[in-house]
Amino acid sequence: MLARRVIPCLDVDKGRVVKGTKFVDLTDEGDPAELAERYAREGADEIVFLDITAAHERRGTMLDVVRRAASRAFVPLTVGGGVRSVAEMRDVLRSGADKVSFNTAAVATPELLTACADRFGRQAVVCAIDARRLPTGEPDRPGNAAPSTTPRWEVVTHGGRQAAGLDAISWAELAVTLGAGELLVTSMDRDGTRTGFDVELLAAIATRVTVPVIASGGAAGPEDFVAAVRDGRADAVLAASIFHRRIHSIASVKAAMAAAGLPVRPIDQAQA
Amino acid sequence: MSGPVTVAVIDYGAANMVSIARALDAVGARVTVAEDASGLAGADALVVPGVGAAPPAMAHLAERGLSQPIVDWGRSGRPILGICLGYQILFERSDEGDAATLGLLPGRTVALSGAPTLPHIGWNSVEQVRPHALFEGVPAGTYFYFVHSYAPVPADEADVIARTTHGRPFVSAATHGSLYGLQFHPEKSSDAGLRVLVNFVGLVEACRAGRAA
Repeated sequence: MLARRVIPCLDVDKGRVVKGTKFVDLTDEGDPAELAERYAREGADEIVFLDITAAHERRGTMLDVVRRAASRAFVPLTVGGGVRSVAEMRDVLRSGADKVSFNTAAVATPELLTACADRFGRQAVVCAIDARRLPTGEPDRPGNAAPSTTPRWEVVTHGGRQAAGLDAISWAELAVTLGAGELLVTSMDRDGTRTGFDVELLAAIATRVTVPVIASGGAAGPEDFVAAVRDGRADAVLAASIFHRRIHSIASVKAAMAAAGLPVRPIDQAQA
Repeated sequence: MSGPVTVAVIDYGAANMVSIARALDAVGARVTVAEDASGLAGADALVVPGVGAAPPAMAHLAERGLSQPIVDWGRSGRPILGICLGYQILFERSDEGDAATLGLLPGRTVALSGAPTLPHIGWNSVEQVRPHALFEGVPAGTYFYFVHSYAPVPADEADVIARTTHGRPFVSAATHGSLYGLQFHPEKSSDAGLRVLVNFVGLVEACRAGRAA
């Protein structure tokens, strides 16, 4: 049976792991390759690197991070942030990554998802969707006068600073149609707040697409991961600070998931 | 001959080539990268990586003049390990783009059926249907990492080593003579994956010793 994945996410700025709240107040939390190896040893099913380095400060530092991590951590590696072309994706994959996640670039140029899926297969193409809940009772998008009665989420880009003018559910469906083989869904309301995943958002998307959905944003304790999978129908759960700060371990999260009857990959099944 | 076995990893543009080379290096093999037929010289075994779709993969192999040398290699009884798409193309045909593939193993590659999610991405348990040296030291039901939407259906049940279920069961590992195929990614399956690669290197060593004798 397919295991539900537990994925630590490493936000990388100029080659160092950082973590802030809602993309601000960044603090240095260590070396990405070293952390990736540690998490792989502790049972992480995959590692996500999100490059949050400002464009003008990028000089291939992420490719070096991926190369170093892939030589030490023999688990799937996903890289997001800053990839805007088929050629850039090729460089990231050739450095040892398995998937590339597109966020702002996919919103700006949706056909990028198709071009990359055609070249590398849709399994290598992840569409990251940063979603912000719209206030209930408000018009759900500009020009639509009717107040929303059901929960609605809008897509935001540039680390949450800009509204994309897209409905998150519609964008999720379109991204899959265009070529995304997986969706990384982050609640911008919950990110960094440790108040739990937005389970409603996850379920709204997961019930409309057939590709795996990765839950992100707001993990506080093991019970949140259980809820994201059981109620949010996520195939994988992602978190950053609670792992980096050792508030919870991959093992304790997997133990809670297993206790709730969810399939997880046991740690240390075979020794090389 | 002695010393570490030399494994030539076929480089035809597959994205996971680098990771496979690193993992083989980590388990003690001498790794070379073969971009064309000349790259096979001196190798004890070939590894065919692959991710993505069958038709472009076959076209890339043909462009680099590698298709026939790989077939000749396999027919001569020397070891080949195919991984993911590299495993699928060891068979005769693929329904993905209705592509003719290498034809070293009887059978065809078909789309996964009844799967709750596609692509099949993630860690899934591999159920060994019979003991095989490739899985020595790997407990029954061990999880390996998969990323695919198609899987081969071997014509000969005797070639099946392991099955995995996603929707319906499919053949996740197969062998015939010195040909080995894995639908999962040992290079991304942590310690369990490295153990399978250790076992493959052991099989290559035994094959080399047998040929020298």
